[in-house]
Formats: sequence, C-alpha cells, structure tokens
Amino acid sequence: MSTERYSFSLTTFSPSGKLVQIEYALAAVAAGAPSVGIKASNGVVIATENKHKSILYDEHSVHKVEMITKHIGMIYSGMGPDYRLLVKQARKMAQQYYLVYQEPIPTVQLVQRVAAVMQEYTQSGGVRPFGVSLLICGWDNDRPYLFQCDPSGRISLGRQPPWARITLTGRRFWKRDLELDDAVHTAILTLKKVLRGK
Amino acid sequence: MVAMKGENCVSIAADRRFGIQAQTIATDFQKIFQMGPHLYVGLPGLATDTQTVMEKLRFRKNLYELKENRMMSPKVFSAMLSNMLYEKRFGPFFVEPVVAGLDPKTHEPFICNMDLIGCINLPNDFVVGGTASAQLYGMCEALWEPNLGPDDLFETTSQALLNAFDRDAISGWGATVYIIEKDKVTIRNLKTRMD
Repeated sequence: MSTERYSFSLTTFSPSGKLVQIEYALAAVAAGAPSVGIKASNGVVIATENKHKSILYDEHSVHKVEMITKHIGMIYSGMGPDYRLLVKQARKMAQQYYLVYQEPIPTVQLVQRVAAVMQEYTQSGGVRPFGVSLLICGWDNDRPYLFQCDPSGRISLGRQPPWARITLTGRRFWKRDLELDDAVHTAILTLKKVLRGK
Repeated sequence: MVAMKGENCVSIAADRRFGIQAQTIATDFQKIFQMGPHLYVGLPGLATDTQTVMEKLRFRKNLYELKENRMMSPKVFSAMLSNMLYEKRFGPFFVEPVVAGLDPKTHEPFICNMDLIGCINLPNDFVVGGTASAQLYGMCEALWEPNLGPDDLFETTSQALLNAFDRDAISGWGATVYIIEKDKVTIRNLKTRMD
C-alpha cells in the first residue's frame, strides 16, 4: 500500500547516534508538572502537583495518581492523554497476569511490561514516543518498590527521588531508613521547593 | 495416575502402558514429567496430547522462570495449566492432568488435578486421573490416612495404584512411583503383572 511507504518510524538515529525524537519527548516531560516518588522503610510515597489550568476544572475530574492493582500505583510527569493510555494498558496487563497465574503481578513484572510498551512506541511506524515519564510504586514480598519509566522505555530503580531537578532538591532531605510519615513530609517539601523555583 | 499428600512430602504415580484401545503398543511409556526440582505433572490421556501439553508447559514454565528470575510454584503452575487448557475449551487436549509438588519457598505439599478443560480440583488428601480413576478413588479412600511419612506414603500410593489397575483391563503393564521430599526425590519402577 502506498500509505505504508511513508509509515516508517519517525524515531531515526541522528548521525551522532542520538534519537532526537526521544529527547523531544523528554522535553515534553520536563514541560509537565513535577512528580516525586520516595521509598521509605515501611512504604513508598508518590506525589505530584495538583494544580488546575483553569478554575473551571472540576477538581474531582483530575486523575493523576492511579491505582493499577491493589498493590501497585502510578503517577506521571508530562502529557495527561498519553498517561491515560499507559494506565489502561498497565491495568490490562496486570489483570492478564492475574488471569493466567492466579497471583497478583509482581511490581517488577508490571514495570517491565509497561516499559516494553513504551519502547515499542520508539520503533514502530506511524506512532510517536510517549510524552510521559512514569513513577510506578508497589508493595510485594513484604517490601516497597519504586521505579521510573522513561519515554525511551528505560527503567530505573527508585532509590533517590527521580528527575535531575528533583534529585537535587530532594537530596537535601534524603536520609537512610526513612519512615513513611517522614517520606510523605519530604515528598511535599520537595514538590513545594520545585514549584517555588518555577 | 494418582497423587497423594503426606507429611512434608507428596507422591505421584502412574502405570506405564501405551495402547491403542485394547492393543498394548509399549510398556515403557512415560506420562509423569519433571517440571522443577520439586514439581511433577502427570498427563494421562491421548498420548500425542500428553507429549504436546508437556512440551507447551515446559515452554511456558521456562519463559516464566527466565522472565521472573524465580522458580514456579505448583500453585502458579496449575493456574497456568488450567488457563492453557481452557483456551482450548471447544477443541480440547485429551488429558486429565495431575500436579504434585512442594512449594519452592515454604516446601508446603501441593496436589491437584483437573479435567481436560482445566477445571481445578484442590483436595487435601489425594487426586486421581486417567482410565482407572474410579478404581483409584476406591483404593485411595480405603488406604489413605493423614500425615503419612515418605516410606508409608510410598507403600500406600503403590498399593492403591497396583490394586486399582488390576481391576482395569487397559491399565497396568508396569508402574512408576515418585516420592517428593524437601531434599530428596525417590523414583521407583514397580514390578507388576504384565498381562
């Protein structure tokens, strides 16, 4: 078909070996609201800014923190519509896993599957990479988990708060063996600092 | 095909006949397969499906263990098998699987069986499958008791199987018994009447 001839992937290597489309996607992430995730000793916190673009928004219609299963949650920085698609896919993959194995999906598995979807959108034809960076947190094997997923499909294990900008500000509060209550406090403080700088 | 729970151990046993209706073709047919250090599955039924289902299970289990970097528990294995069979709800594999094993972490005994479309049965004592299942139910009801040690479990399982398939014209011709313990799996081939 003649339409297929032009549906090759737009994500093409530049001569220097970079994928500029992915860098543009990261720029879309940077333009979005900041989000933060902190792993504590007895839990994990994810937080993001809850500011509306207009006073006409009904505050209950904004869903940024989403539950994927009973033990996995997700937030994002970047483009809301792209996030909704990933939430839908993540929930579907979690239920698919439960259907086959009759066991809740381990957080690591879900993150890898979501990342695989994001990676696919960097190599397929007729699509663009996702303009979101995800923070996925979960609780299994009696311990907390925190991951970040980039538009490139890269997974990073959550140790320090993600995002270079937040990492810098968040580091000041970062302690070992943080308790959940302190982590919530730290997350709010971090977001406040970042937002004030804006 | 029979599997029994004991005290910190499980057994699974089957005859070794491969036949087409009343004609015996071979007496060294394997229908119990190892799926992990403490995990065994028995697949009585149509011989071609026995082998196909075993290969498909091995395929899925190997991928799971690579992806998740952990052993598959008997519970998850059974759920996966059940799901696989029900996917073929309207053109099923002709097998009646029996799963026996110990949990890789807790070493808790696990047995279950299912029908050819994957309806799981999870009793606390014993499970049966295959052509002599009616006879096996009778023998197991008579012989099984709670908290059998590995040696007693072997005796109970063997006697139940032997006496059940002697009352079935198309079972027998040798038998294999597996006793699965935490740090030992014993496989014994029984001498039986060959007629």
